[in-house]
Amino acid sequence: MGGVVRRMSETAAQRGTGNGDDRQSGGPWPLLRRWGPGIASHVALIVLWHLVVVLGEIPPFIMPTPWQTLQTLWQPDYQWPGHIAITAGEVFGGYLLAVTIGVGLAVAFTWSRPVERSAMPVLVTLNMIPKVAMAPLFIVWLGYGLFPNMVIAFTISFFPILLTTARGLREVEPELLDLVRALKGSRWQIFIKIQLPGALPYLFSGMKVATVLAVAGAIVGEFMGSSGGLGYLMQSRQGFLDTAGMFMAVILVSLIGVLMYGAVLLLERLVVVSDARVE
Amino acid sequence: MHGLSSRADIAEPFIRMRNVRKVYRTRGQDFLAVSDVTLDVGAGELVSLVGPSGCGKSTVLKILAGLHSHEGGEVVIGRAGYGPEAFEAGRDVGMVFQQPLLLKWRRVVDNVLLPAEILGLPMRAARERALDLLDMVGLAGFADKYPYELSGGMQQRAAIARAFIHDPKLVLMDEPFGALDALTREKMNLELLRIWQDSRKTIVFVTHGIQEAVFIATRVAVLTAGPARMADTFTVDLPYPRELGLKSTAAFGDYTRRIYDLLEM
Repeated sequence: MGGVVRRMSETAAQRGTGNGDDRQSGGPWPLLRRWGPGIASHVALIVLWHLVVVLGEIPPFIMPTPWQTLQTLWQPDYQWPGHIAITAGEVFGGYLLAVTIGVGLAVAFTWSRPVERSAMPVLVTLNMIPKVAMAPLFIVWLGYGLFPNMVIAFTISFFPILLTTARGLREVEPELLDLVRALKGSRWQIFIKIQLPGALPYLFSGMKVATVLAVAGAIVGEFMGSSGGLGYLMQSRQGFLDTAGMFMAVILVSLIGVLMYGAVLLLERLVVVSDARVE
Repeated sequence: MHGLSSRADIAEPFIRMRNVRKVYRTRGQDFLAVSDVTLDVGAGELVSLVGPSGCGKSTVLKILAGLHSHEGGEVVIGRAGYGPEAFEAGRDVGMVFQQPLLLKWRRVVDNVLLPAEILGLPMRAARERALDLLDMVGLAGFADKYPYELSGGMQQRAAIARAFIHDPKLVLMDEPFGALDALTREKMNLELLRIWQDSRKTIVFVTHGIQEAVFIATRVAVLTAGPARMADTFTVDLPYPRELGLKSTAAFGDYTRRIYDLLEM
């Protein structure tokens, strides 16, 4: 029995451990080297904006300076907090709906081929419709307010989530299935232990794309008809040629998108092992 | 020392395949993948199935795993000569493939535990066993690493540990070292022999490496190209434990020559 027990001689060190090996030196310098250029280019963009307006003597109703734009923030008559809350609510609500229904449909498709074969072509066709063109109809059907704008945000953002998740659930190595089936593993075990965790990176790549789309959807809805939100604010300020206020609204809308994206990224880092991520 | 006399095992085989046929039906066309395979494997044997690519070796393995049906002939596993317990399809099969197929999001030990989870085995005991197995395959201390932190050879060691976790009576290996470089492959051959002698499992090992087939096996079954047909089966009468130096002996050369002749090379 036995024989000499030989230990492995290949080591993980030869391959590196995947991350962090190239920034071993301590102190703030590596951080600065990593993030410095990105921050600098943002500052440069703002400086450039300022210089173009000042040196080109552009009137404020065409383009305000960064400072003039920022100043609108503390003027109470804009009622920023309320408008931000409305838009953020629409974006978030529509997005949540998109994730729920997108993932739900993707799961249904992997469980039933006939359902996929019949429903998927219809969804692809519907996806060809420019969602923005549907906005006026949604308003006819659903009226003004938060809900129709949420629905528009949903329709725009749900398809990429469905597509990436469905693809992720399908990407299973056939031999891995053999391995589980040889153990008489159930369909449910394959789904819960292999398919679903394997699809997470794909789901997240879809969710990242969808954040930007959801924001766009909510704003389009507000343009079409609403009584609040940053899109509504922009339209109402357009009449006064209040360009600074409109600029600020655009910046705040973008910020909502950035924060959403950041939150999804953070969640991904918590949930998905680094090697499995899909960029 | 494994003094397996092949005649005795064949008289009371653990696996008994007789004139097995397998036909795939794709788009109304029949494709004969396996035409006539007859093979006996004794309990505790390590048998190589060797043959060119596409000769249906993998199909034979999948039939043994219960993944494929077969049209003609008979396949019996574990009827006689293997203690009081009968062979139970599912619970008693471990598989290793050419790719490690580790789940990227699971740590090595949790990958090894996958079959135990699927079979619903008591997890506390299984976890202990997983750590022992990782020790056995030379991965002690790597239990909490993720697959991407391991080299290809190490990943395949983890895959072997996974195939043993539920203590199956039969381990099926489908070109398990085919994706590794030549040196790692030879090292893994030695490791496999050690693991086999430690565990005393019955192993069926599919390969297209003629040297590998002879070096590890108690017996070699040679299959010719599609449809798979059994060209010959012979016992490798070389003593264990085997060392790599064996490959340069005349006796070893006679065995490999025999396979080359059968494959008309």
